Amino acid sequence: MGKTLAEKLWADHLVRKGEDGAPDLIYIDLHMCHEVTSPQAFEGLRLAGREVRRPDLTIATEDHNTPTLDIDKPIADLTSRTQVDTLRTNAKEFGVRIHSLGDADQGIVHVVGPQLGLTMPGMTVVCGDSHTSTHGAFGALAFGIGTSEVEHVLATQTLPLKEFKTMAINVNGTLPEGTTAKDVILAVIAKIGTGGGQGYVLEYRGEAIRSLSMEARMTVCNMSIEAGARAGLIAPDDTTFEYVKGRPHAPEGADWDEAVEYWRTLVTDDDATFDTEVNLEASDLEPFVTWGTNPGQGLPLSASIPNPEEIADADEREAAANALVYMGLEPGQALRDLEIDTVFLGSCTNGRIEDLRAAAAIIQGRTKAPNTRMLVVPGSARVRLQAEQEGLDQVFKDFGAEWRNAGCSMCLGMNPDQLKPKERSASTSNRNFEGRQGKGGRTHLVSPLVAAATAVRGTLSSPADLEDADVLVGASA
Amino acid sequence: MEKITTHTGIGVPLRRSNVDTDQIIPAVYLKRVTRTGFEDALFAAWRGDESFVLNQEAYKQGSVLVTGPDFGTGSSREHAVWALKDYGFKVVLAPRFADIFRGNSGKQGLVTGIVTQENIELIWKLLEAEPGKQITVSLEDRTVTCGELTVPFEIDDYVRWRLLEGLDDISLTLKHEEEITAFEATRGSWRPKTLPAKTEPGFHVEAARPVDA
Ligand code: SF4
Repeated sequence: MGKTLAEKLWADHLVRKGEDGAPDLIYIDLHMCHEVTSPQAFEGLRLAGREVRRPDLTIATEDHNTPTLDIDKPIADLTSRTQVDTLRTNAKEFGVRIHSLGDADQGIVHVVGPQLGLTMPGMTVVCGDSHTSTHGAFGALAFGIGTSEVEHVLATQTLPLKEFKTMAINVNGTLPEGTTAKDVILAVIAKIGTGGGQGYVLEYRGEAIRSLSMEARMTVCNMSIEAGARAGLIAPDDTTFEYVKGRPHAPEGADWDEAVEYWRTLVTDDDATFDTEVNLEASDLEPFVTWGTNPGQGLPLSASIPNPEEIADADEREAAANALVYMGLEPGQALRDLEIDTVFLGSCTNGRIEDLRAAAAIIQGRTKAPNTRMLVVPGSARVRLQAEQEGLDQVFKDFGAEWRNAGCSMCLGMNPDQLKPKERSASTSNRNFEGRQGKGGRTHLVSPLVAAATAVRGTLSSPADLEDADVLVGASA
Repeated sequence: MEKITTHTGIGVPLRRSNVDTDQIIPAVYLKRVTRTGFEDALFAAWRGDESFVLNQEAYKQGSVLVTGPDFGTGSSREHAVWALKDYGFKVVLAPRFADIFRGNSGKQGLVTGIVTQENIELIWKLLEAEPGKQITVSLEDRTVTCGELTVPFEIDDYVRWRLLEGLDDISLTLKHEEEITAFEATRGSWRPKTLPAKTEPGFHVEAARPVDA
């Protein structure tokens, strides 16, 4: 019987098969570190007198805590400064490459890896961060790990793991105009639920997925974790190879040919079976937004706030009722009528150059709604530089948006970029949990197109809602 | 990790169920960057209460925690295990543990033994009748002995074996170092390395300032 892509990747990284209930030992090709989940792992090494086994397969960047203003000054928050300083000291002591604040390759780990060409098909990629699933877009087995596991990888370049189950998510047909990768994944999560992917590696398949750009594929895989999945995968194809080719760490010459030959084998065999399959029709999709406090509580933008009393499942009913209280919403309110205080464009879900381009194309020549603030935070310093070369920063500034330095920023509010209590945001990030973007803050997850249109109108909107809506951007954005 | 075959120490009766990791160690302590020195953080909210069991002289040196069902639920923070270990606990006995907590404990060499609710009640009574009483936990026999009372406990076979051998995950993996090295020799030369660093030409990154500044 044939194998799924996930099974092939597993087999290709198997150092040792576990016996008597012991897990398999899996080799790790790339380990990324950031300041929040690595300090105790490095200290563990130090306490045990161990070294980093493969500094040449390890990279560190500063992202979660870093300020997006005044990056040339010491970090004001002491805890944040300690974490960043500790990462710098550890990187130096253990010989790990680091991209610090002010460096052109500083930024969110999940943006930096692909941009440097360190993420490619056929790899295993780990990081002490749940959104490591992003890298699955390349056809790599990529997943988040805990601090003990970070230490384990640093010391051994392997992880003891039990094999995952596999789930196919088939998105058939073509996406309607104005509908993006973000809408696809929000619809998937709404369909299977925030626990629906538990224990699984999801493989996204079908025509709609194949037609997505690499950056859009990363958006899809990024949020696999919000469905509870361990990882998300998309089989590599010419789109993938083209994206990787020519990047700083991409293979060259004979190495490139050898790599591509191998990468072409990284598809699920026709006769392979998945443990579960889920089907979605792309043509049914439209811009999707969340109304509640978990990423599964989402609806098409044209819908209204649901009535919890009409929800059959008791747990979901209660969750919905609690969410409405926290979000300050009433059943029946039209999503399009919700007034938004802050629009956040950024994060490892939608902070890449294509996302910025797509949003800039919508706002260009338009004016910002007076009561809405817009924060634009590129995913990495390199994305910011690229955007500035293309003049996108000027488009955002002319519109009245704030143009910032790279980092996680308001995605999780560990730095000063936070919502105030009861402030309502339309955010291109990935989590709408209570307090995620600041204590009491109310988050609606949206695509970059919806974020941009919302900043123009001041209420949740899609580009089609704009007067003279002639600047629609294609489905690949 | 130290080998554990038997452990004898003062038993601490914690008459509570559903002790979640937020109670074991509150979130504020997660900001630390160290891995040791969490003893002050253990049960921090409760330690302010004079009548709390660990504030009683007889139990202060306790090393075997005897508690109610569903210990270690909630957030997966590994700090909960560090705090228990740093305080001096070697064993936690409860009728039921949260999975992630139990997994984390096994990795760090903290024994989590599952004892029936009935037997937990018996042990609590003995410990309270004689504060400071010692308990012996035999990992080899899977038994807990407190005075005249000896009761069985359950623990995952694989975890038990690792604790008996004193093997943490890393040393266990390093037993197979030759296999890792052999695997490394088969990795294709196209596979990327982070060192030496290659990046596109550097630019100077100016700090962004507020628009109106
Ligand atoms: S941008 Fe948000 S989700 Fe992504 S790594 Fe940073 S904090 Fe995590």
